[in-house]
Formats: sequence, C-alpha cells, structure tokens
Amino acid sequence: MKLRQKIEEKFFLGLMIFATWFILIILAVIIYSVFEKGLKAMSWEIVSQIPKGGYYYGKGGGILNAITGSLLLASGATLVAFVIGLPVALYMNVFLVRRQRLVNLIRFLLDLVWGIPSIVYGAFGFTIMILIGLQTSLLAGIITVSLFILPIMIRSMDEILRTVPVGLMEAAYSLGANKSETAFKIFTRQTISGIITAILLSFGRAIGDAASVLFTAGYTDNLPNSLLEPVATLPLAIFFQLSSPVPEVQSRAYASALVLTLIILLASLFSRGVGKRYHKTKINF
Amino acid sequence: MDPTYKIAIENLNVHADKHHILKEVNAGIPKNKITVVLGPSGCGKTTLLKCLNRLTDIYPELKVTGKIFIDNKNILEAGEDIYMLRQQMGLLSQRPYPLPMTIYNNIAFALRLRGVRQKREMHKQVMEYLKQANLYNEVRNRLKEPASRLSIGQQQRLCLARGLAVNPEIILADEPTSALDPISSQYIEEKFVELKNNYTIVLVTHTLRQAKRIADHVIFMYLGEIIEQGSVEQVFEDPKEEKTKQYLRGVFN
Repeated sequence: MKLRQKIEEKFFLGLMIFATWFILIILAVIIYSVFEKGLKAMSWEIVSQIPKGGYYYGKGGGILNAITGSLLLASGATLVAFVIGLPVALYMNVFLVRRQRLVNLIRFLLDLVWGIPSIVYGAFGFTIMILIGLQTSLLAGIITVSLFILPIMIRSMDEILRTVPVGLMEAAYSLGANKSETAFKIFTRQTISGIITAILLSFGRAIGDAASVLFTAGYTDNLPNSLLEPVATLPLAIFFQLSSPVPEVQSRAYASALVLTLIILLASLFSRGVGKRYHKTKINF
Repeated sequence: MDPTYKIAIENLNVHADKHHILKEVNAGIPKNKITVVLGPSGCGKTTLLKCLNRLTDIYPELKVTGKIFIDNKNILEAGEDIYMLRQQMGLLSQRPYPLPMTIYNNIAFALRLRGVRQKREMHKQVMEYLKQANLYNEVRNRLKEPASRLSIGQQQRLCLARGLAVNPEIILADEPTSALDPISSQYIEEKFVELKNNYTIVLVTHTLRQAKRIADHVIFMYLGEIIEQGSVEQVFEDPKEEKTKQYLRGVFN
C-alpha cells in the first residue's frame, strides 16, 4: 500500500511538472517567434503611418490605421460592456440574494453564450446592422464586440462579487444602507481589483478578435474619422498581411502581432498598477 | 406591550428549509438595559438577533413568521421602511467587518446615511464618535489609512463607533468579544455598561462569566426555544427550569 502511494505520488507529481513546463515552453516559443520575426520588420514607419498605395505589395507605410482602429474599437466595446455588465453583476449578487435559483440560471445562460464562437456574434451583429440600416462602421463594431465580451465581463465580475462575505453586507445594511448603496459603494470598493481584472480580460478579448469585426467594423486604410465610418483592426491587419505573397509584407504581419501583444501587455501592467493602488482599502477576511 | 419593553417578540418562528430554527419565541427586551441572550452553540441565538433588524432578509433559506414590535411598530411588516428602521439598531458582529474604505470614511459613511452633509459638521462628529469608542488617540494621525490596517481589536471599536454614528436606540451585539484580546474585550464590556443609560442593548454570548458581569436581563435558549427569561438575579440564582440549572452548572455547552 505504502509503495503504491509513493508511486502514485511520484507519477502525478511528474505529470503536473511536465504539464506546467509544457505550457510554459509553448508560450515562450510563441512569444519568442512573435518578437523575433516582429522586431526584424519593426520600424517607426510601421507604427506611425497609414498604408500607402501598394502597401500590401511591399510598398511603404504602416499600420497606424489598424492600431488606432483597434484601440478605439476595443476601448469603446469594453466601456459599453462595463456600463451594462457592472449593474447586471451587482444585481445578481446584491438584489437577487434571495433568488439563488434564478441567479444560477442566469449564470448558466451566461456561461452558455460565453462559449458561442465570435463569428456567430459577427453574423448576428451583421443582421442587426441590416435591421437598423447601419453600414460597416466603428459603431457597428463596438456594438457587436460589446455583445461578444458582455458574458465574459459579467461572469468575471460576478465571480469576484461572490467572494464578498455576507458579514460585510450585514454591516452595510445595519447602518441603514439600502441595496443600491450597498452594491455601488461597498461591493464595488471591496472588489475593485477584481473588477479591473474583469475589464482587462474583456479588453483583451475585444482587441484580439478578428471574426466578430470582419463584417461589422469593415476595413480601411484610413484613420477613423467618425463612429459611422469603417475602421481597420489589428487582427484583420495581421490576416491581410499574412495572406500577401510578398515576404516583406508577411514579416510586417509579425510586427503587427508584436504591436498587438505589446498593447495587451501594457494594458495588463497598467491594470495591475491601478488594481494595487485600490487594493489597499480592501478588507481581508 | 409592556411599556418597560423596547422590543417585544411574539410567536416568532424561523424555518430554514426543513429545520425549525426558532420555535414560538415570545420575549420582551427591557428598555435601557443589557439583555443577554445565552445558550449553547446552534441554539438560535444569532438567528434571533438577526431577526431583530431583519438581516434574515439576506438569507434565501430563512422564512420568518410572527411579530417583532419595536416601539409598537411591527418590523416584520415594515416593507421598504426597514432600511430606515435598521438605523435604530447598531450592530456589532462576532468579528469586525470594517467597510473597504479609510478609517475616517468608515464613520463618515454612516453619518452620510443619517443625513449629515456639511463637511465641518462631519469632521466634528467623526472625531466625536472615535473618542466615544476610545479609538481617537490611536488613529488620529492615520485617519486616511484604510481601515483594514487596524488590528482586530481596533477594527471592532471602529465598528462600534460606526454603529453609534447612525444614532441608534438599540445596540445588537453578536458575541462581539469572541475574536478579541482580553483588553479590547474588557473595554467593549465596560463601554456597554456605560452605554446602557442611553441605549437598549441586546448581547448574544456563550460566556457565562460575561453574562454575569454585565447582564440586567437574561434570555436562555436551547434548541430554538426560549427556556427561561428574567432578571439576571432570578435566572442565575434561582433558575426555575431544569435545563437552565444544568446549563449553569456546565452540564452541556
């Protein structure tokens, strides 16, 4: 018995160590290849200019159109999803405490829509656009992407709000606070770092997705001027450049991927910094 | 309702799914006295306390029936007024739950709920309540620090200050000293004795010695029922019920 336990322990420990290193090495290879290929093609021109005529055949210019487009689209969609998502998550955790079955049903449905592929959201967004007569535009992209990240936003905020101890809720109520005061003034403060993480997670999904913006945001070589004009996005820029037969253009795709990776990295560092600053008031139970 | 009572409980029953947690509870809590609710763990003391300011609303499984009168108003039928009614009752829980904000704002939050708006008045009152809870000297230079940095004993006193800041008439305390060091505990006890001139205090405890030290009125509970209630002399020195005698002798805990 004892020997068997020892072998089991060794076996599973080995399995865990292997799996961990396996994942880490794959991640490292991906990041290395993005940096290695991206840095070669990287230049100031690429991040500071829009594509010139014949860009996709190897002529000059850059992907500023896609950088600004992606930033605008992802920030817009994250903002919309946050403004809708936070009240939903608070409603589930503060107002519906006595309706646990309903809350669990909502959670189940959100988890279900979380799994829907983004291309389906793209198609759905497209039908809505036809319905209200909207053309491919930044606005249509923001609407579609915000729908796509909404379940992620709500569920990740929901999970963090669930960790608020019932004693804190009792404390707020016993002072005479009503439900919305408890929700917006106590729950949000207690979970601020988790809420910021939820925002970042949604932002990451929003900026990295190509399929949902394919029909809805469109693509353009110009910088966006208004909400009603099409915008370029980084994932699509990467796609178009990679599909080019010209090797220089292909390597610019890696530069674009590097830019996208750096944006997500910066957003992550920024949110950690902000989270830490606000984390201090959090009560540790 | 007996006019010496601040709170009168009539035919109170609490069910949690299939369990009958409180059974036909009838009790009176005298005004401006310390009423101690005694009993072994799991006898329903905390549930009884939570019924008094309807914190039972938070728990989906609890079903409360009966009547609880506070100044002749049945709070179980208060509807939305409950948010205001809760301000009549300060709460000290088993372990302190400071709000996730600064020390100053913990009290300012309570004051704002009471309607204090003016900055000067706010500052004055925050200091006042910190002094009342004997916390002022320790925190006066760190009012802007998060309340989470205080020690547990200090946090409990902050919660007391915060509870007093809504200007209640009743203080509900659920084993408020069980997580505290002896000095903080002693302070809280002494404070209660001092506060009873102006407040009606309901204290849940399972420490007999604490009950003997500060109680005026005692309610003894066992398995969801009130076995005996009366003045501290009567319950401790001349208990009528066999269960009470056993409990006081320490037969069960």
